Amino acid sequence: MSERIGMEIALAAAEAVALCRPDVIAAYPITPNTHVPEHLSDIVAEGRLDADFICVESEHSALSACCGASGAGARAFTATSSQGLLYMAEIVPIVSSMRLPVVMIIGNRALSGPINIWNDHSDIMSQRDAGWISMFAANGQEVVDMSVQSFKIAEHRDVMLPVNLNLDGFQLTHVVEPMMFPNQEEVDAFLPEYKPYAAVHPDNIVSMGTLALPEIFNECMKANDEVLKGSKKVILEVWKEWEEKFGRSYKPVESYRTEGAEVLLFAIGSMAETAEVAVDQLRDKGMKVGLLKLRLWRPFPFEEIREAVKGAKVVAVLDRAVSFGGPGGPVFSEVRSALYDEKDRPMVISEIIGLGGRDVPVGDFVKIAEKAARVAKTGPEEEYEIFGVRGS
Amino acid sequence: MKKEKKWPEDWQEVNPGCMVFRPGSAREYHTGSWRAQRPVYDNSRCIKCGVCYIFCPEGCISQDADGYFVADLDYCKGCGICAHECWPGAITMVEEG
Repeated sequence: MSERIGMEIALAAAEAVALCRPDVIAAYPITPNTHVPEHLSDIVAEGRLDADFICVESEHSALSACCGASGAGARAFTATSSQGLLYMAEIVPIVSSMRLPVVMIIGNRALSGPINIWNDHSDIMSQRDAGWISMFAANGQEVVDMSVQSFKIAEHRDVMLPVNLNLDGFQLTHVVEPMMFPNQEEVDAFLPEYKPYAAVHPDNIVSMGTLALPEIFNECMKANDEVLKGSKKVILEVWKEWEEKFGRSYKPVESYRTEGAEVLLFAIGSMAETAEVAVDQLRDKGMKVGLLKLRLWRPFPFEEIREAVKGAKVVAVLDRAVSFGGPGGPVFSEVRSALYDEKDRPMVISEIIGLGGRDVPVGDFVKIAEKAARVAKTGPEEEYEIFGVRGS
Repeated sequence: MKKEKKWPEDWQEVNPGCMVFRPGSAREYHTGSWRAQRPVYDNSRCIKCGVCYIFCPEGCISQDADGYFVADLDYCKGCGICAHECWPGAITMVEEG
């Protein structure tokens, strides 16, 4: 447990998933998540994991197979990226609406086109409203921990929802980091055997995926919405238990050096770790700057965000996705919306960075923090900015 | 846990995942209410060939004790395929009032 093992994070994710003893894994390879299912197929082939690895012909089939397996009472896992997630899109809201606790790792990658295999968040943002629990990991250790947590959260009787765990393609999937792994006994104690609420079986008749007429559809959507909102309670319980057992804490919104901060950077995913360095540099120069890191994307942590920005004059939200012709990055527009009714609210600005794998060096966070401090005094300069674009 | 509920009155009564634990409950929904036209059989022209029964996409046509065919109006959507296929012309589609 205390030993750190150096490993590529995608392989570590597969090792962590294997510790959760999934019954069915169905996946189709797509860069940059490929190493996750590839390594799981190795683990199954080596006999270390007793699971059915289904080599499907597409991502649509991958999630369909997981949907069917989960409906039959299996613990099911898949992984994908970018266009693969879009190819799954027809099934994505069906899995959540059927309350099937499938776990999916998304190695986040830009959507085409132009074709680009590198990281941004446009893939998951396209599936934002599909009713899944959605979380972001910022480093390898979080990927290991959150992979195990995801199954526990998904399968909780008060939740029964699929979870997607997002890790940045290449910046995380292909990077070797030292990580601590729980052992099999610890995972077994943390994550009990999956007991489905209902499973398709001739002796126990149930219909799943039924027709809902207009007279009942509103009520079905309300029920889905309430269960997703209510899942935050379980997520917090699971994270508390994880901290007690493994000593590493998880919060919906993580804070870094926010004491007395007037300028807050608000980041999501792995770039938050780079932003910490920028905050350190600016704090050394005497700037009152801090960093918020969003871990829980759905259900959206309204209260935690309102609490975290208290006292700040300006929040610069850093999105890795464009809402073309829209109000700004998707995280930005939700953060600003969450603060709209607050009496003392900070100015919120939208900076879109790191698209399609564009490097985001420490200096960019410094420049954005300095811009945020400036516009806090002079007023916003535009609806949103795609930061660092040549020619603008 | 899997308590049987009839039609959910409010959202709290919707089963998780809209799962249905009562086999055959779809039968309680009478799709015949969608109908704009109904088939009317003229048994004097019927030759009991059963082509209406074969072509009915709803499977709602059955044979009575005398061998003539009748449509179950609880489920007949009034598509008119039976009348179109009936070559002796024993079925007429009539507007619903």
